[in-house]
Amino acid sequence: MEKNKTALMLGNAAIARGAYEAGVRVVASYPGTPSTEITESIVKYDEIYAEWSPNEKVAAEVAIGASIGGARAMSCCKHVGLNVMADPVFTMSYIGANGGLVFCVADDPGMHSSQNEQDSRHYAEASKIFMLEPADSEECKEYTKIAFDMSEEYDTPAFIRLSTRVSHSQSIVKLGERKDNELKEYVKDPGKYVMMPGNAKKRHVVVEERIKKLKALAEETSLNTVEDNGSKIGVITAGIAYMYAKEALGNRVNYLKLGMVYPLPDKKILDFAAKCDKIYVIEELDPYIEKHVRSIGVDVIGKDAFTLLGEYTPAMIKKAVFGEDEPEYAEISENIPVRPPVMCAGCPHRGTFYVLKKLGLTVSGDIGCYTLGAVAPLASVDTTVCMGASVSAALGMAKARGDEFAKKLVSVIGDSTFMHSGITGLVDIVYNKGINTVIILDNSITGMTGHQDNPTTGKTIRGEATKQVNLITLCKAVGIDRVVVADPFDVKNFEKVVKEEVQADEPSVIIAQRPCALLKTVKYTGHCKINDSCRNCKMCMKLGCPAISVRNGKVVIDENQCNGCGLCINVCPFGAIEKEEN
Amino acid sequence: MTKNIMIVGVGGQGTLLASRILGNLCMGLGYDVKVSEVHGMSQRGGSVVTYVKYGKDEKVYSPIIDKGEADIVLAFELLEAYRAMPYVKKGGKMILNSQKIDPMPVITGAAEYPSEIEKKISENIDVTAVDALALAKEAGNIKAVNVVLIGVMAKNTDIPYDKWIETIKVTVPEKFLDVNLKAFDLGYRF
Repeated sequence: MEKNKTALMLGNAAIARGAYEAGVRVVASYPGTPSTEITESIVKYDEIYAEWSPNEKVAAEVAIGASIGGARAMSCCKHVGLNVMADPVFTMSYIGANGGLVFCVADDPGMHSSQNEQDSRHYAEASKIFMLEPADSEECKEYTKIAFDMSEEYDTPAFIRLSTRVSHSQSIVKLGERKDNELKEYVKDPGKYVMMPGNAKKRHVVVEERIKKLKALAEETSLNTVEDNGSKIGVITAGIAYMYAKEALGNRVNYLKLGMVYPLPDKKILDFAAKCDKIYVIEELDPYIEKHVRSIGVDVIGKDAFTLLGEYTPAMIKKAVFGEDEPEYAEISENIPVRPPVMCAGCPHRGTFYVLKKLGLTVSGDIGCYTLGAVAPLASVDTTVCMGASVSAALGMAKARGDEFAKKLVSVIGDSTFMHSGITGLVDIVYNKGINTVIILDNSITGMTGHQDNPTTGKTIRGEATKQVNLITLCKAVGIDRVVVADPFDVKNFEKVVKEEVQADEPSVIIAQRPCALLKTVKYTGHCKINDSCRNCKMCMKLGCPAISVRNGKVVIDENQCNGCGLCINVCPFGAIEKEEN
Repeated sequence: MTKNIMIVGVGGQGTLLASRILGNLCMGLGYDVKVSEVHGMSQRGGSVVTYVKYGKDEKVYSPIIDKGEADIVLAFELLEAYRAMPYVKKGGKMILNSQKIDPMPVITGAAEYPSEIEKKISENIDVTAVDALALAKEAGNIKAVNVVLIGVMAKNTDIPYDKWIETIKVTVPEKFLDVNLKAFDLGYRF
């Protein structure tokens, strides 16, 4: 990419570009949809140190250290990742920043790839850290640069808030040059950097003064713009909702577009409202702006006319504001099957869940591709809460229901998720005399978010070789004496191992080892084919493989879908499936 | 008016690359353009929908397309074509790949794959159906289904052949370029 040019960029790539142009030196993140491509794009810039950290808290702390050390630094996460990094973030509000410090968080309205629909704007108010919200890729780039400048000028961390449609939409960005900021001086200053009560009390005063200054800035900044189209209807909005509103309502209304969503500009809102007869607040998820606007005495139409659930659309806005219907379209006159996501053909997790389902075990699940183990026909996973909960929640279940229950219970957790927050749960099992069995689904990569390296893969974010965390040694070191490695595609042996380990009167770890089928290093060849020995017992159908289905009463394998992994060959009791090389 | 193109298919079919080729092409022509993609869990063999919207002389605001607003729907799979039918605008067009991929509820027997989809769609809207899988095989790689379909669509636009070729050359990885150029041509001449 060259300077003074334009490029079509994802919002996420534009955040990375903005950070690059702002002279960022350190970026540390944990992958999470829809934020992942920010840090992946950072890797394209050799001037920047980038890392995948084991979890968001560590990532934020690496960025915090870099900021204190005088560098511009950033950490990016999805909305639920912000919960993990919240602890250091709240205290950094007190400490402020030395080098500019940006936390970039991507919400997921509509839950395209998430377990909840949390609205991260509340964090800005709760932590007293200002928050900017861009609406397209160009704004992503520009706001990131502004966030770094403001962070240094006001001695505060910054939040940038994205949502899926901003993160994952490409639009045109004007490229600028990198401003190579010198490292700021690091001066020992316990009053600022050591947050114990005596110091923190003084810093809290600074925080409150800072917010007053930022509130005054909110009234003046060009981030918050009024678009007066001479209408008596006013729309207060921010981020992607502005784009939807603008498409739906065009120049028929006036807009107050808030680029800075915390702190909010009271006077600007009041002035805007005074010129209109009717005010709408258009925002996805919680009535965050709406509540504030009401609190300063402006009557608005907000969630009553829209919804707290999912994404907005221009059609929804047009209907709510002008009562205009969507255009005519051809309706489907029958119920058609849904197509939920499924584990890929060749997925190593399929063997694991086939066995767990067969054994009728209760499965404490976790976050990753393998959450799909909850879906029919495998329908094996019982619970999914958050990163790492498979391990600790299983201990809780076992403590509540006793050892006999524990012997019919397993946790399943991916390699990356285990590094993220499974280790502490495992320590808890050992420390508090649990007898749980934890299955680490080691597929040699962070799968769900699109193949990021992690501490168990032996490679850094830039693909350089590094020390690899040895899962066996790690589990043994925390006190697990029974650690078994097994291949989930060798279903007979895997079943035997699981049976033995759940029955043991002590804690155990099974490392289910087989790489993700989508990895370039995995080379299955040919495809599987059903021969004349098939008795139509449909045992292979229990795998829930997208390549195997029933046509005209007979089981068939779609050779375009099959990747030749051969798992079905291992479960067929009649030797009726064989491999055919292409 | 902005032009709205919706690309639908099954995760793993290469809809993302198709939308990127289109996006780059529109930018190269000096249009304003937005491409909305799908990442993460929904990519795993589920229904995937991407949108490309461009305006020759006007700004594109929303990156998404509502029902009854798509000028063209490019469908990579038959059931997904059917699902997207309500999005085609009056007078709009659908280009569909006649390939069938069973969704999990059909595989488990909880639902049936609807019959005569192509006929049902064509009763409502203008459809061009193509066996893109066969053409991709002819080009040398079944994964080139996406570029075959781009080729079929290209013929239905007023954008010159050469502009498409230029864009494919910069969007597709070098080692797959020959296959993809052949796939595009087969689609274009379909």
